[in-house]
Amino acid sequence: MIPLSWYLIFAAALFSIGMFGVLARKNAIAILMGIELMLNAVNVNLVAFWRYQTVPMVSLKAMMAGQVFAVIVFAVAAAEVAVGLALFISIYRRRNTVAADEIDLLKW
Amino acid sequence: MNNLAEYTQQIPFIIIAAVTLGTALMVVTTKNLVHSVLWLIASLFGVAVIFALLQAGFLAVVQVVIYIGAIAILLIFAVMLTRKIAQESGPRFNENWLWAGVVALLVLVALIWTLTSWSGISSQALPLSERTDLIQALGIVLVSPNGYVLPFELASVLLLAALIGSVVVALERN
Repeated sequence: MIPLSWYLIFAAALFSIGMFGVLARKNAIAILMGIELMLNAVNVNLVAFWRYQTVPMVSLKAMMAGQVFAVIVFAVAAAEVAVGLALFISIYRRRNTVAADEIDLLKW
Repeated sequence: MNNLAEYTQQIPFIIIAAVTLGTALMVVTTKNLVHSVLWLIASLFGVAVIFALLQAGFLAVVQVVIYIGAIAILLIFAVMLTRKIAQESGPRFNENWLWAGVVALLVLVALIWTLTSWSGISSQALPLSERTDLIQALGIVLVSPNGYVLPFELASVLLLAALIGSVVVALERN
């Protein structure tokens, strides 16, 4: 049996790698990839807790809560990446760059 | 004999976790963005295998179809559309990358420290009952009124809004 802690530490490591990508990369699309890694780490956590829940399953609703949560995260991730990429393509058209530190239209 | 059964579960997990984390590191450090997306596909596939190990078969399939089939392809399109910049020989990291690494490491250490001091960390997975079909159960709770039909419908509204919003944002106006 694989201990719960292995899944959680794996998810924590994946989250940290994604966070490094978000903080350190220059290209905005690479930052989006880091966000995808972080969302995946969260999903691994949710599904691991779903599998290792110890409370008795009184109903189908309680039994599948973790998986439903993960499905909603999938939908939000898809929406996020679609809008994000549309924004970057629009910015690329106007400013001819996708480097995050050159997109400073809102900078005071 | 008992030990052997444990190892046959644990060794695949260790291999898959190592491959997933290694490819994730390549995603955030590779210079060429097209290669970066390809590494991302490998990493997402590793997460799909983790879902399968956790007996969430539907989520494993959804991971392959949505993340690899849709999101990764969308990312490749975006990289191609902004190609001139992606191939440019400028630095791949901004000037704060060292601090970013320190922050990411600190978050990792803090998370692991919190996890090890939590009492539920050693909880064992209960065997799933043989009679319940998990995919059927997921389908029922997603659309039944006393299940999760409201979040489900909200997610579809969100996806519609994202669809229309991204078309409006990316539309070329002359």
